Amino acid sequence: MNGLRNFVDKIKPTFEKGGKLGFLHSTFDAFETFLFVPNTVTRRGAHVRDCVDLKRVMIMVVIALVPAMLFGIWNTGYQHSLAFGLDWGFWNIVLYGLVKVLPLYIVSYLVGLGIEFVSAQIQGHEVNEGYLVSGMLIPLIVPVDVPLWMLAIAVAFAVIIGKEVFGGTGMNIWNPALLTRAFLFFSYPSKMSGDTVWTGGVERFVNEGVAFQAGNGLVDGFSGATPLANASMQGLQNSGYSLWDMILGTIPGSVGETSVIAILIGAVILLWTGVASWKIMASSVLGGLAIGYLGYAVGATDLPGYYQLVMGGFLFGTVFMATDPVTSAQTECGKWIYGFLVGALAVTVRLWNPGYPEGMMLAILLMNTFAPLIDHYVIEGSIKRRAKKVKTA
Amino acid sequence: MSNNIYLKKGLDLPINGSAAQNTKKVIVPDVVAVKPTDFRGLVPKLLVREGDKVLAGTPVLADKMSQNILFTSPVSGTVAEVVRGEKRKLLEVRIKADAVQEYVDFGKKKVAELSAQQIREALLEAGLWPALTQRPYGIIANPETKPKAIFVSTFSTAPLAANLDYALNDELANIQTAIDALAKLTDGGVHVGIGAANESVTPFRKLQNAVLHTVAGKHPAGNVGVQIHHISPVQKGEIVWTVSPVMLAAIGKLFNTGKYDVRRKIAVTGPKAISPAYVEGYPGISMKDVKEFYNASENLRYVSGDVLTGTNVGAEGFIGFFDNQITLLEEGDKYELLGWAKPFRTSLFSASRTYFSWLTPNKKYDMDTNLHGGPRAFVVNDVYGKVLPMDLYPVYLLKACLANDIDKMEKFGIYEVIEEDLALCEYVCPSKIYIQQIITDGIALMLKEMC
Repeated sequence: MNGLRNFVDKIKPTFEKGGKLGFLHSTFDAFETFLFVPNTVTRRGAHVRDCVDLKRVMIMVVIALVPAMLFGIWNTGYQHSLAFGLDWGFWNIVLYGLVKVLPLYIVSYLVGLGIEFVSAQIQGHEVNEGYLVSGMLIPLIVPVDVPLWMLAIAVAFAVIIGKEVFGGTGMNIWNPALLTRAFLFFSYPSKMSGDTVWTGGVERFVNEGVAFQAGNGLVDGFSGATPLANASMQGLQNSGYSLWDMILGTIPGSVGETSVIAILIGAVILLWTGVASWKIMASSVLGGLAIGYLGYAVGATDLPGYYQLVMGGFLFGTVFMATDPVTSAQTECGKWIYGFLVGALAVTVRLWNPGYPEGMMLAILLMNTFAPLIDHYVIEGSIKRRAKKVKTA
Repeated sequence: MSNNIYLKKGLDLPINGSAAQNTKKVIVPDVVAVKPTDFRGLVPKLLVREGDKVLAGTPVLADKMSQNILFTSPVSGTVAEVVRGEKRKLLEVRIKADAVQEYVDFGKKKVAELSAQQIREALLEAGLWPALTQRPYGIIANPETKPKAIFVSTFSTAPLAANLDYALNDELANIQTAIDALAKLTDGGVHVGIGAANESVTPFRKLQNAVLHTVAGKHPAGNVGVQIHHISPVQKGEIVWTVSPVMLAAIGKLFNTGKYDVRRKIAVTGPKAISPAYVEGYPGISMKDVKEFYNASENLRYVSGDVLTGTNVGAEGFIGFFDNQITLLEEGDKYELLGWAKPFRTSLFSASRTYFSWLTPNKKYDMDTNLHGGPRAFVVNDVYGKVLPMDLYPVYLLKACLANDIDKMEKFGIYEVIEEDLALCEYVCPSKIYIQQIITDGIALMLKEMC
């Protein structure tokens, strides 16, 4: 450890103001603080500080995402194997998944962190950890076959326009990962929806007749559709998706969103460590169930309400995206309202808007927009209540 | 009449080094300092010159804005040095103490026979007026005003704070005198907060002529600001005064003995204090007067007050006017390899569950002054409310202060808080924001714009 520290101390002056590589100051600082908790001491105010910092908070979210990511990698290979009737073993499946998913991660982090580093340098800030989580999320919420250049553009858009122009992590209005997805969704709809985009290699095979390993071509009866595309009892039966498949996650979909179990493991980590708000998660589930059952009651769908929780990105959005502390409601009461509306709107879009089979992304982005308004009224109400209490006292 | 207040939110810092309940020594003062910096916004006027003889109770400074507010010497001796900082800002008046203490005789007075005006004059004359703090803003009370009520908290929940039951055990009669005197300065009465934890044994439960409130909860339940918030919140245009029990004892002694006698028991505490205990001393004594409590060759931080709100005075520094605690800490200017990524950091405490210190609730920690991270924007928003037992939105208040938006600062409660009330928010902040400084700047802005 001392050797490493000495090395860092030795090269440090090069990166400081006036040093040869002074323009890389923020970058150096980011790597240094990544390796070492800095030796900064408190200057004013409280002389001691809690040992938790944003790096720790963010790494908790990253850890919570690992089960979904691992399952996503496996499922990518599994779906490919299934589609082409390859009968792959576990390692083949994982290998294919890695080949497909790793590039998404590389692009996501290279582009996103690159922009973060440059903008931190321009503004003279320290590099913020926020993108560690965004970068982890983005590959999990896109179809596995999304072209990498599109992903790169979308990430750049989300980080620059969605975050940096507002002042960086902590100042943004919309969740950057969802903004990436929204950018892709509206700019390149053909790569983001339909039945062929969700399974690795299928799109290319359909268009060009080749795939990484195509076997004898697509198996008979392959549809590639996600459960949401056929969201009815009959539809699910035809596609062969049982409720258990959807809970386990062995279905097509965005990389990390399919497995309820993997996501719930993440949810437990987030709630246990207190990093994410249980109020938002609970109220979002409540909202989804409420509208799900309402739709069931009025005949908009023949699926009982709980199906809405296990299909598509509902749970992933509820656990990892709606709970983003920066873009969600900040007041405790506001969190209930915000979460409920996220869940309710997501299912509303699913059930009553034929144009969009999935509504989670739009619901969260919309509620991100309205979160400050919710907070505003919660606070106004609280201040009025307090004023009244004082008068009567 | 008695009222009970239960506070759920808060945090008792598990820090090592609480003072044993014995008084190790009586300090014979050598050099003591009167520090105008102990008072917010004070523009001091120097009343003495180097070489002047002073008695305990001789005015040393006055408030330039209202010159009847005097600050007097705690000891008799000779003015040794006037220390000034940048732009000749007056920092300290150092007084070399005599071997035998002599006091200015202000004359014994029977409080029951005095009018409010006479009480005010007695406090002003003897230099005890600055003991009264006004809320909002935490500034010296204005003698021209009449507060809605006066508040006293008789227990401190701050980390390692002096146990007032012990430290003031002999002063109860003086405190009662002071309460009788102060009760004449307001129509709203004197409200006394009593700790629920030792409600049955605390001597303060016997106080008369005051409204007693029992307060239960973790830190900051002992903060007078928190108690005011739950008893009678400060609204716009209202003024309340607060005074610490330590200062009450001095006020009582002024009336009962005619002397300006601010001697007090001071708790010497902290992870780096060697067998922490109490000493008897004065405000303004030097850290050197307690040198048997620390190893001067170590890299220490010398704090007058507690670790959350105290002042870093340095090895040569002097304890503040209001303080009855010294905290000795290690400076944490060391690097820690991959600290944030370690699954366990058993020697460090975190109020969050991202570490595992919640599994060992009784463990105490040798905390140091490391910031444990780098400054960031506000990101996590629900950590602050958990340690602030007030019906406020701390992040909104802080952002209003940062934006210099006076309307919003008013709305979000700037009248109800001073730095100490939000000190725990600063402690738990994962973004390492200097929250108390933001409040200081906010209050400074309010004082500039509103007064």
